[in-house]
Amino acid sequence: MSTQKASRIGEEIWKTRIDKVNAELVTLTYGTIVAQLCQDYDSNYQEVNKQLDKMGYNIGMRLIEDFLAKSGVGRCANFRETADMIAKVGFKIFLNVAPTVTNWTSDNNQFSLIFDDNPLADFVELPDDGRAQDELWFSNILCGVLRGALEMVQMQIEAHFVSDVLRGDDTTEMRVSLVRYIEDEMPPEDD
Amino acid sequence: MAAPPRHSTMLSISNAGTSQSTGTDRTQVPQSSSPAQTSGLRVPSNRKTIYDRHLNRSRNAELSRASFAYLFGEMVTYAQRRVTGIQDLEKRKDTPSASVCSTYSSTAPPPPPPPLSPAPPPPRLPPNRPLRILSLLHLIHGPLWRLLFQRAADALEHSVSAETPNEYMITDNDPLVNTYISVPREMSMLNCAAFVAGIIEGVCDGCGFEAKVSAHNQPTEMWPSRTVFLVRFGESVMEREKVLERAGVK
Repeated sequence: MSTQKASRIGEEIWKTRIDKVNAELVTLTYGTIVAQLCQDYDSNYQEVNKQLDKMGYNIGMRLIEDFLAKSGVGRCANFRETADMIAKVGFKIFLNVAPTVTNWTSDNNQFSLIFDDNPLADFVELPDDGRAQDELWFSNILCGVLRGALEMVQMQIEAHFVSDVLRGDDTTEMRVSLVRYIEDEMPPEDD
Repeated sequence: MAAPPRHSTMLSISNAGTSQSTGTDRTQVPQSSSPAQTSGLRVPSNRKTIYDRHLNRSRNAELSRASFAYLFGEMVTYAQRRVTGIQDLEKRKDTPSASVCSTYSSTAPPPPPPPLSPAPPPPRLPPNRPLRILSLLHLIHGPLWRLLFQRAADALEHSVSAETPNEYMITDNDPLVNTYISVPREMSMLNCAAFVAGIIEGVCDGCGFEAKVSAHNQPTEMWPSRTVFLVRFGESVMEREKVLERAGVK
């Protein structure tokens, strides 16, 4: 499936099949979560990143169901197709953004998602304590979501942010690498 | 409204940006007063910061309701793991929302004119900051609710008891936040709409009305998750209300 086709599918589902809610409500809710974590962990940002990733993982495991039901897409033929599916359909229907897929490694196992727009980080400025900009990945929950969702469809991946406009970088970039396909844990009814 | 100062701020920052090596260096601008400039925060060279975005850009933007449900559910689970009692849990939920939602009141209605100025009100954009309790409550009941949940709240009532003239109630028959949350039987007292109570409290605070807001289950046969938000205004607010009434301020 081509990137354009994936984009069209994403666009179509977003327009017709998604219940909507005010974007600021989502943004501010996410903001409170991160703010609360920072407070609870006493600004130990490594710990906050970890916790966000964990929350994302929990979300991802449940979100994949919803994704498959709404999109009705089948199994991807290869990891490149998976990447397009994530960027153009997944992100589109849950966050109404479509990050760019780029920087593939030659073995087609690693790519980057570049976010032009990140609704989770609207209104956000990191604390000016000299550490947050070096340690906190504000949108780290997204890494967990990808990890959880893909694990449910037999892909073990690793995802992390490598840059974030909130840190003063020019782009927001997430690096995603395929670790392995989980062959032996295929559910019996899946053919 | 705030265009001239905003604009000049942007100009001065971008000037400063070009005069320095971009990238990882900390932007330090001398003799500045804006928060963007005094802070030691790094900013991207393409200037994608909150100070450069239009306030109303996301006003009508929409996101998937599922995303909200996932986030909210995670937040509730997280709060649940870290507390012992229900009351504590509800408290935990409204404290964070209050802090962020004071941001909300400043973004939702357009920036207000200086408070309580005796001069004739400037003939500007109609939604000004409310000065009286009733107009505040109408703002919450109508525009705020519509902004957040795409519909107005279902009822707005004043306490009938003479002893508690400072109590008002806002009713939502089916709060969005409770739609995807199922509360275990042993915690039936819990109402996750405490989060919304926190939002209301934040808005009241942001408008200069000290208030305590709590969420209460009031199920009916037709609306099992019907919730009443009890708004209790503080002494100072009630006194000011009397003064304003005498002065004829609407």
